[in-house]
Amino acid sequence: MNKRILATASLALMIAALYFALIYAPTEATMGTIQRIFYFHLPQGIASYVSALLLGFASLMYLIKRDLHWDRFAYCSAELGVMFASTSIVTGMIWARPVWNTWWSGDARLNLQLILALLFVGYLMLRAYLPEREQKARLSTVFGFLAALDVPINYAATRIWTTLHPEPVVGPGGGGLDPQMKTALYVSFLAFGFLYAYLFTQRLEIANMEDEVDHLQHVVEAA
Amino acid sequence: MPAADPALESQDVRKTFGHFTALAGVTLRVARGEFVALFGRNGAGKTTFLKVAATLSRPSSGKIFIEGIDILKDPGQARRRIGFLSHNASVYRDLSPLENLKFFCRLYGVSDAEDRIMALLDRVGLRRRAGDPVRSLSRGLHQRVGIARVFVHNPTLILLDEPYTGLDAQAAVMLNEVLDEAVQNGKTVVLTTHDIEQGLRAATQAAVMDRGTLVFAGAAGDPAVRDAYAHYIRSGTAP
Amino acid sequence: MKPLPAIVFKDVLIELRNKETVSAMLVFGVLVMVIFNFAFATGGAAQTIAPGALWVAFSFAGILGLNRSLSIETDNDCLQGLLLAPLDRGDLYLGKVAGNFVFTVIAEMIILPVFVAFNNLQFDMKIVWTIAVTLLGTLGFVSVGTTLSMISSHTRMKEVMLPILQIPMTMPVVISAVSATGMVLRGETAGISFPLSLLGIFSTVYLTASYFLFEYIVEQ
Repeated sequence: MNKRILATASLALMIAALYFALIYAPTEATMGTIQRIFYFHLPQGIASYVSALLLGFASLMYLIKRDLHWDRFAYCSAELGVMFASTSIVTGMIWARPVWNTWWSGDARLNLQLILALLFVGYLMLRAYLPEREQKARLSTVFGFLAALDVPINYAATRIWTTLHPEPVVGPGGGGLDPQMKTALYVSFLAFGFLYAYLFTQRLEIANMEDEVDHLQHVVEAA
Repeated sequence: MPAADPALESQDVRKTFGHFTALAGVTLRVARGEFVALFGRNGAGKTTFLKVAATLSRPSSGKIFIEGIDILKDPGQARRRIGFLSHNASVYRDLSPLENLKFFCRLYGVSDAEDRIMALLDRVGLRRRAGDPVRSLSRGLHQRVGIARVFVHNPTLILLDEPYTGLDAQAAVMLNEVLDEAVQNGKTVVLTTHDIEQGLRAATQAAVMDRGTLVFAGAAGDPAVRDAYAHYIRSGTAP
Repeated sequence: MKPLPAIVFKDVLIELRNKETVSAMLVFGVLVMVIFNFAFATGGAAQTIAPGALWVAFSFAGILGLNRSLSIETDNDCLQGLLLAPLDRGDLYLGKVAGNFVFTVIAEMIILPVFVAFNNLQFDMKIVWTIAVTLLGTLGFVSVGTTLSMISSHTRMKEVMLPILQIPMTMPVVISAVSATGMVLRGETAGISFPLSLLGIFSTVYLTASYFLFEYIVEQ
């Protein structure tokens, strides 16, 4: 999709999301204004899980096809993943402090986000310390796939702790949330969706260029 | 009568590492009993080609057959027939030569190992030190354990990547004798080296690689070999 | 002797010869326990953090062991010798996992009495159950650790990369094992099937995945 369209749509939708989250949505009864951060916190969390899924999928595809395109795809997923996992943790902490009077609530979802962030960081560090292009792709995709497998297992493991996290209010039936709040959430999801697509497209383009430059350097050196 | 499968046959073998093309299409046929000396500058692709032939590395495209066995379809069978030696001896320092060779015999499923091993250690001049940890051996003796490892499973194709590097004079003589015996017994040898004299000493065929392809192949005695060597290696330029 | 047992036998023989791996692991593990003993000297806290301290000791000692085990293969490029043999890469992986499991468990069985002593526990059925949890957790730990140590060995950081990859990846093992050990020690084993099955699932998933992916790691 055209980058410009994605950029414009992301910007417009993000502004809309801000309006919906901060003004349109009613104030939550028990937690007050701070609850509004939920409209950004949840999509960020979902974005990090989506990144993990893309990382696993792209890693597997590289190992099957040995096309560096898939390796670049995996790499972009991991970069966006670490970013959204980090912002999810930070917004989670900002939310937790006034509500439960603690920075680190130690609940299941927060711990999962932390482990996810560390897995992404591990993946990126592994790549950083593998100078040769093919080896970098091969070894990091193996790790990327194993890390993606870890996510559902970690999801179950972090459940072992008692959760302070508010019970999911948007269930499969969509029940539990005020309809205006639901609208705000959907707008926010849409905004983050477009933002994700835009950032991903941009990053992938840069990654393609990096590899192209690398390739040209090799050609020049060989001649 | 149908001809026996060649010891080694590669068909347009290519290998890329990311952007770097190490092998740009190598087609080579080595008949059984040949002794091939493979020359080439650093980076020409000799080591990569041997590693692909030894199943250590997968080709990006192309096929390789060891005595008619497709190494991609049946690597296990191919490995039984191959002996590979590089500068590292690939033997465990904490174990003795005898223990090392016993281990490799188990890996290859070689029976009646003890007799074979002692005979082999005798041949490479290690009988006296057969029970000492490799760690306690000098560098020269260390390399000999590596040579013994190559032959312990009775391979029919011996691949050697610059084997004379790091060998002392005595060990080099011993290696030459061992290789000559192997060829006399019908085995096939492919050896890469920088040293043209060392390479052509016992070679029946000679080949030159440059930039990932085979640029020359012919009988070792042919004077064109030395011309090709001078052209591609000494001068360092392509035509 | 078949190739797979031959690899384990070779690793055991080398270990008996140089005794470096197990001794390094158990000394390090005991030291970690000692640090916890002094750092958390108050009685009440010691009881609750005890399972956590145990698994911190096991994790770091385990990483030490994994690195040592792999360095035996990377030294002198012995790995090449293994790759030249008519051995499935997956079987090579399992051989190394078996060896790593044996050495790690030996070290853990020596660290465990130290744990019992520092926490004033009894040598009763609870300890037997703790051993069972330890075995299950260790299997998961080394199954993924063997893979990750092989990956790490190719990086510029070499062994130092392993903890960076291993610790996040084995979080489910640590969480489940600590939880299960805590339940055992408190005598409240009502929900213990959940962490135990999670340990089982982890081991199964990673043994299987690594069996098939190992060839991609050792390819040259």
